[in-house]
Amino acid sequence: MFSYTPLIVLFPLLGFLVLGLFGSRIKNEKLLGILGSGTVGLSFLVAVTLFVQMLGMHPEERKHVVDLFTWISAFTGTSSSLSVSVAYQVDQLSILMTLIVTGVGFLIHVYSIGYMHGDPGFWRFFAYLNLFIFAMLNLVLADNFVLMFLGWEGVGLCSYLLIGFWHDRKFEVGGYKPGTSTTSDAAKKAFIVNRIGDFGFLLAMFLIFVNFGSLNFDAVFGRASVVSEGNSAMVWIGLLLFLGATGKSAQIPLFVWLPDAMAGPTPVSALIHAATMVTAGVYMVARCSVLYALAPTALHVMAIVGALTAIMAATIALVQNDIKKVLAYSTVSQLGYMFLAMGVAAFSAGIFHVLTHAFFKALLFLGSGAVIHAMHDEQDIQKMGGLKHQLPTTYKTFLIGAIAIAGIPPFAGFFSKDEILWRAFSSEYGSIGLWAIGVIGAALTAFYMFRLVSLTFEGEKRYGQDLHPHEAPKTMTIPLIILAVLSIVGGFVGIPASLFGGNSIEQWLEPIFAPAYEKLRMEPHPVEITEYLLMLLSVCVAGAGIYCARVVYLRRSKLADSWKAKYPGTYRFLFNKYYVDEMYDTVIVAPTVKVSEGFLWKGIDVKVIDGIVNGSAKLVGMLADVIRRVQTGIAQQYATIFVGGILLLLIWLIVQ
Amino acid sequence: MEFVGIGVLSWITFLPIIGMILILFIPKENQKAMKWTAVAATFLQLVLAVMIYFHFNKGSLGINTQEGMQFVEKMSWIDIRGVPWFGRIHVDYFLGIDGLSVPMVILTALISFIAVFASWKIPKALKGYMAMLLLLDTGMMGVFVSLDFFLFYVFWEVMLLPMYFLIGIWGGPRREYAAIKFFLYTLLGSVLILLAMIALYFSVTVPDGATGERMYTFNMLAMMNPANFQPGTLLAGVGTYWRHLAYIALFIGFAIKVPIFPFHTWLPDAHVEAPTAISVILAGVLLKMGTYGLLRISYPMFPELANYYSWALALVAVINIIYGALCAMAQQDFKKLIAYSSISHMGIVLLGMAALNTQGMIGAVFQMFNHGTITAMLFLIVGVIYDRAHTRDIDAFGGLAITMPKYTGIMTVAFFAALGLPGLSGFLSEAFSFLGAFQTHRVLTIVATLGIVLTAAYMLWTLQRVFLGQPNEKWASLPDINGRELFTLVPLAVIVLVLGICPSLLLDLMTSSLNHLVEVVRAGAVL
Repeated sequence: MFSYTPLIVLFPLLGFLVLGLFGSRIKNEKLLGILGSGTVGLSFLVAVTLFVQMLGMHPEERKHVVDLFTWISAFTGTSSSLSVSVAYQVDQLSILMTLIVTGVGFLIHVYSIGYMHGDPGFWRFFAYLNLFIFAMLNLVLADNFVLMFLGWEGVGLCSYLLIGFWHDRKFEVGGYKPGTSTTSDAAKKAFIVNRIGDFGFLLAMFLIFVNFGSLNFDAVFGRASVVSEGNSAMVWIGLLLFLGATGKSAQIPLFVWLPDAMAGPTPVSALIHAATMVTAGVYMVARCSVLYALAPTALHVMAIVGALTAIMAATIALVQNDIKKVLAYSTVSQLGYMFLAMGVAAFSAGIFHVLTHAFFKALLFLGSGAVIHAMHDEQDIQKMGGLKHQLPTTYKTFLIGAIAIAGIPPFAGFFSKDEILWRAFSSEYGSIGLWAIGVIGAALTAFYMFRLVSLTFEGEKRYGQDLHPHEAPKTMTIPLIILAVLSIVGGFVGIPASLFGGNSIEQWLEPIFAPAYEKLRMEPHPVEITEYLLMLLSVCVAGAGIYCARVVYLRRSKLADSWKAKYPGTYRFLFNKYYVDEMYDTVIVAPTVKVSEGFLWKGIDVKVIDGIVNGSAKLVGMLADVIRRVQTGIAQQYATIFVGGILLLLIWLIVQ
Repeated sequence: MEFVGIGVLSWITFLPIIGMILILFIPKENQKAMKWTAVAATFLQLVLAVMIYFHFNKGSLGINTQEGMQFVEKMSWIDIRGVPWFGRIHVDYFLGIDGLSVPMVILTALISFIAVFASWKIPKALKGYMAMLLLLDTGMMGVFVSLDFFLFYVFWEVMLLPMYFLIGIWGGPRREYAAIKFFLYTLLGSVLILLAMIALYFSVTVPDGATGERMYTFNMLAMMNPANFQPGTLLAGVGTYWRHLAYIALFIGFAIKVPIFPFHTWLPDAHVEAPTAISVILAGVLLKMGTYGLLRISYPMFPELANYYSWALALVAVINIIYGALCAMAQQDFKKLIAYSSISHMGIVLLGMAALNTQGMIGAVFQMFNHGTITAMLFLIVGVIYDRAHTRDIDAFGGLAITMPKYTGIMTVAFFAALGLPGLSGFLSEAFSFLGAFQTHRVLTIVATLGIVLTAAYMLWTLQRVFLGQPNEKWASLPDINGRELFTLVPLAVIVLVLGICPSLLLDLMTSSLNHLVEVVRAGAVL
């Protein structure tokens, strides 16, 4: 059965090739839509079959590598030979990610048929989406770092192409320097910021190769088990890989691209910039858990960065008015939680959150897409309100998503988030501080989500009379309903022992993380009373957040404005996203461009070097000018000099 | 492999000259015949290159052993006895290729063939143009197949003249300035190479095969064997003052061609003024002669200095990479931008070379090939837009993605290949070079790796300004890329893609030789 693994990757590739090469000639949207989503559906089916078979296997048999062909080989005859295969590795972790990518991906493809209806670039959109799925599957199924990097960069390319999909449009709402930003600016920014992360990833790969002599996961992780503790190279590897992760998964300091990435069509935001691609960094850290186990310092850094990102993004989300921007910062914040989990060595909790987040965040984005669709591309929640009557299905599903992310039991988000918070508190690598930040973040999450729900769907309508919002077509609502169901039940795979569950996801992933836990000397925790207390606390906090949001934005709607007036500095600071974009621009971007042009090119190149070159040419010219005067062409002059010379010669002979 | 009793390397080198002579006999009016003659000559050359590819023995080492060289042709060319001061002058007609030269031979044939098609619309004096182009082709090919230093130098100089005229006559408005600048720079380089060559000649002796008397030689392979250096001569010994001097002279000579900072300022001017096809050849092949010369001549003949100066080479490599990228970022002229990007990308070749290990060396030579194909694409792309709009000002465009979709599609491949997207060939050679260098020059490599961020920045910024956004109404009626232009670009795009997925198609040819080169150079590390 494992031999069918390459099919999972192959179908989307075929889809991309067919759509890319012949798509422009196929005028039938239905056919294009079926082609585009069908390939992903097929991949999903293969993955499900594989998964079901794996369930029946002994845990040790669940891992399998299918080697397709040797991609790179530089044979040196010595130990520094490099050989990299295109090989796909199925195991408990990668099959889980594959299911998320193809499953959620399939739903979003179907949704896109409705959302992109009538767009002239319909075929191109599906071609790019298929290419994205192909790249993402390479990322998660790769059995070595290089192939993973291929997928890593490949999803970056697709992200670039899809953010800039409507590259001729202005991208105004809340963008950096509103009014001047375009979608292509956002696309470019996403790619370049990610490249900084890739810089880290590449260097990490070099270090891994130098230290382990291979880039193959099995070989590297196998040899990692004999690395002595306190090897500083391991810390660098960990930190550099994490730098890569901060790019792709939008963490401090590289998170700035993700909110702008919302310039892309909404299904793209849902698929790439919420459910799948942005979790690649978390997946990568999970995959390298053994390496991180050798570098606790890197884990600490990760936990702190994750926690800070979680709370910072949550505070920004409090005041944004663009429906997608709120969700974007919420994504950044939730990714922060995942890294917090990773950082406190709660690897399976982090992956659990990847899973539930994929459900509810895809749901929320698709829901916001349905709203935007109904409002004719309006994204400002200040100009919405009362939409629950016009968009009942969207409203209900969106509400489920909001409850799920806020962490109200028994919705999916509760279990994964609570698991993270508990581990942040109880793990040897956690601390009460990290936990506290997480809890405050959770309160903020509940608040901003219900601010969003209240302003969008409830209260009075604040949009123009000429707008008549209507519910989206079936191709859009059915994915919403499915995702809503998953957002409710998705968390049941991870019910902790304290709630009399088996935490089956943790058990499923156990063999993957066992070597890391062993290195970190982590002991399984017995159930404690504290766990219940903290659980209760986080539910209360979430409930309080929801309650406050409803009070402020529904019952006493003046309150928000009065706060705004009372603390204008804080408000502006949050609204402008801590001025991080502005800071990067003035500190890095602008000086680089200026120095390049003014100093390097026009200074060194043109003035100094060409000055010397042209100067020496001139000098030769001037010398020649002097010498040339001898040759005047006047015969009398020559004769005079000639005679003078003879005379001198004669005098010399006589005197001698 | 022989045809009509003449070896394949002679054919591949002199086919263009035959084409040139034929063209000279074609009446001026018959432009079609001239073009197709040039096509025929370069096409046959390409066919030979493909045959060489398939007949090449991947296992043989080459570099410093004649047995390891393939398709060898060797005969006495000049043999004069009793020349005052010189004594006996002996020059061989000595051709042969190994894993270092074979990628360059294939690249030269490929780029020359494409360049003929890119020259289809030359507006004036077509006869002279085509003749010069073919002469240039012979010169380039000759450099890559010669194993006799004198012969190498002759081809090196043969190349210089047609290039000067091609820029100076068929170039843009400032063509004369650019041509003279190019000429003077390269002439300076040539003089330095000549001096080093003569010094080597008077230091190396080999026994005459017939009589056994020792005679001076230009044989490159002999120059790589320390035992052949006559004691007491100028370059005998290891790491002497004169050897340093000769190494530096050779280095500057080759550095000008690469070009290495600060000898690079001829390149942007030459590119901007040169017609498209000539830019393609210049970036695609000519720049590689510098790095090829370093690998073929400087490295194995002065191994101890190659080791000694490897950090300095790594340093200039990093300067090339970063400086080139930053200067590219500052450009308004599309072509100048690509020219500076060449400087940056050639820096990666240098970095790989400086690593002095297999990964670095493979990365360097692979990058030479990949840069040849990718930059050729970029210059062709600039040519397409310049032919239509008659401007290269980046900000004058915008939104071409909407009016010229096919053109945009092929451009995307080239741009992303240039910025090193995995799956395309450029990534692998860059990664190899960096990986190799990382092991020997760690800090410098880390700085150099930052280049990938800068490259992405200027490439995408350019892409955005030219292709994305609202279409500029002025260019709304520009026709999309035509069949002939596609014919020049698509093969290159296919190569970029195929080598990105199956690099072994090329790597296998060169691995043995480059491994051997690394061994030779490392073995000479005594300082």
